[in-house]
Amino acid sequence: MTAYSFFHRVLMAAITLFGVAVIVFVLLRVVPGDPIAMMISPGASEADIAALRAQYGLDQSLPVQFWIWLTSVLSGDFGTSISLRRDVLELLAERLPATLELAAAALVFAVVLGIVIAVTATLLSRTKLSPLVDTLNGLFLAVPDFVWALALVLIFGVLLPVFPLSGRINPDSQEGFATQFYLLESLLTLRFRDLADISLHMIMPVLALGLPLASIITKVLKEALAEAMVQDYILLARLKGMSRLRLVLQEALRNAIGPTIALTGVQFTFLIGGTVIVERIFAYPGIGNMAIDAVINRDLPLIQGLVLVFGALFILVNLATDALVVAFNPRMEA
Amino acid sequence: MSDLLLDISGLSAISLREGGNPILRDVSLSLKKGEVRGLVGESGAGKSTIAKALLGILPRTVKVTSGTMRFEGRDLLTMAPRDLSAIMGSDIALIPQDPQTALNPGRRIEAQLTDGLRLRRGMNARDAHARALQLLSEVHIRDPERVLKAYPHELSGGMRQRVMIAAAFSLEPKLVVADEPTTALDVTVQKQILRLIRGMQEAHGTAVIFVTHDLGVVAKICDSVTLLYGGKVIEAGPTADVLADPRHVYTKALIAAGPRYDRPDAGLEPVPQWVFDQLHQEIRTGAKEILHG
Repeated sequence: MTAYSFFHRVLMAAITLFGVAVIVFVLLRVVPGDPIAMMISPGASEADIAALRAQYGLDQSLPVQFWIWLTSVLSGDFGTSISLRRDVLELLAERLPATLELAAAALVFAVVLGIVIAVTATLLSRTKLSPLVDTLNGLFLAVPDFVWALALVLIFGVLLPVFPLSGRINPDSQEGFATQFYLLESLLTLRFRDLADISLHMIMPVLALGLPLASIITKVLKEALAEAMVQDYILLARLKGMSRLRLVLQEALRNAIGPTIALTGVQFTFLIGGTVIVERIFAYPGIGNMAIDAVINRDLPLIQGLVLVFGALFILVNLATDALVVAFNPRMEA
Repeated sequence: MSDLLLDISGLSAISLREGGNPILRDVSLSLKKGEVRGLVGESGAGKSTIAKALLGILPRTVKVTSGTMRFEGRDLLTMAPRDLSAIMGSDIALIPQDPQTALNPGRRIEAQLTDGLRLRRGMNARDAHARALQLLSEVHIRDPERVLKAYPHELSGGMRQRVMIAAAFSLEPKLVVADEPTTALDVTVQKQILRLIRGMQEAHGTAVIFVTHDLGVVAKICDSVTLLYGGKVIEAGPTADVLADPRHVYTKALIAAGPRYDRPDAGLEPVPQWVFDQLHQEIRTGAKEILHG
C-alpha cells in the first residue's frame, strides 16, 4: 500500500466514523424515550428533573449537544453512562475484550471448519458424498446465529448439561487476571485450568456465531475450488505427478481463497453484529450484551460510545480484509 | 521395428453424453522416435480426443470401445493407473493450447517449472533452480533469473508459452503432445514458437504429436501428417507427399481453402458442400483411409 492510498483510507475511515456518529446522535434524540424518565424516582419535583437534565447537558439544543459530545470524544472523554453512572470509556475497555475474544474465536472456528469441509468436499467431489455435503451445508446456511444459540441452550444446557450455560468464566477465578483478555492471558501465562474453564464457557456462543459463517465460507470456497480444479494448470500439475490433496491445497486453494476472504470479511462484520443477541442469550459479558441494556435504559452516552466502537470495528475489519485479499493475489501488488 | 515409439491401432471411442455417438472410428497411426506428426482436422474431428487419450485424461463422458495404444510396446489403455501416471508428464508431456490458463496465477514461475523436477526426479531446490535456468535459456528467454521470480501475469503470452515448452521438455520426455500450442498467440509470435518447438524437438530427439487445424503449420514443422474428419482418418503420410499429391478430395479442398501468399487477391476458397457429403457417405460405409508411402 502506498503512502497516498494509506492516507486516503484513513481519511475515509474518519469520515465514515463521523457519519456514524451524526446518524446515531440524531436518531437517538428523534426516537421516543427519555433517559431522565428512567432515572428519576417517582415523585421527583420538576426542579429536580430540570437539574438532572442540565447535569447531563440535555437541556441544550441538538447541535450544541452534538458539538459538546464530539469535542469531548475527540479529547478522549466519552461521557458518563446514565444508567450505570460510570465512565463510558472505562465500561467499554472492560467489556470490549470479551467481545473481541468471542468474535475472534468464532472467526477462527468458522474459517478452519469452512476450509476443512470445502477441501474435503472437493476431494470427494466425484463421489456420492458430494451432494450430501451440499445438502447439509444448505441446511446450515439457512439457520441464523440466534436460532443456533437457542438450540444449543436447549441441547447442551438443558437436555445434556455439559457446557456452562452463561457467563464467561467461573466467578472464583476471575480475580487473578491482570487484563480483560481472559482467553489470551490464560493462554500466555499457561494457566490451563482457567483456559479450559474459559473455553468451556465460550463453546456454545462460538458455535452459534461461527456455524453460519462456516457454512457460508464452505459454500463460496467449494465453488471457487471447483472452478479452479478444471483449469489447465491443475491438469498439468496432475501430469507432473502431484497428488490430489496437493493439487487442491497447493494449486487450487491459493486461487480460490481470494474471493473467499473478501466475502468472509463482509460476513465477519455481520458476525460482530450477531454478538449482540448471542451474548445476550448466553449472558456473556461483552459489549453486545451491554448494548441491549444501554438501549433499554436509553443510556445515550453509552449507546453512542458503543455504536462508535462497533463502527470502528467494522472499518478495521474491512481494512484488514482488503489487505489480506491483496496479500493473497500477486496480481494486485501495488 | 525398434525405433517405433507409439503405435495406435484400430482405436474407436464413443461419447456417452451424445447417446453413444462415435467420436473415433478405427483410428490407426504410428510415430517413430524423434518424429513430428501433425494431427489435423476441424473441430470435432477427434484430434483432441486422441491427444487426451495419449495423456490418460479422457473425460468420463468418452469411452474407448476398441483398439490399442502402444507406447514403447505397452498398451496405455490397459496399463495399471500407477504405471500410467509414472509415464505421464515424464515420458509423455503436454504443451497446452492456452498458456494463459496453463500457468497457475498464484505461483511463481520457478515453483511451477520445477514441480516436475522435484516430484519426478527428486531434485533438491538448488539443483532444480539451476536446471530451470538452463531450460529457460534453452527456450531463448533472455533474463531467466527475473522470469523465474515472476508471476505469470507479469509475462507476455509468448513468454508464457516458452515457459510451458521448457516445462514440457524439462523431464526429457520421449513424446510431447502439442495441443494447438500457437492458437492463442499473436501471429508474429506463432512463427517463433513453432520454430522453437521444432528446435527443442531436434535438440532432444523428442517425438511430437502436433495437434492443429492449420495445414500451413503442418507444412512448416511436421515430418508426417494424419488428417481426420468425423473421428476417422481420411489421409495420412509424409507431409511432403500429402501436401504435394493430395489424393482425397477433402485434402485437396482443404489445401485449396488455405490463403495463397503468392496470390493475395485470389480470396479464400471454402470447402464445397459436396465434399462433406462424400465424407459423410464414406464414414457411413467405412471406406478405407488413404495412406501415402
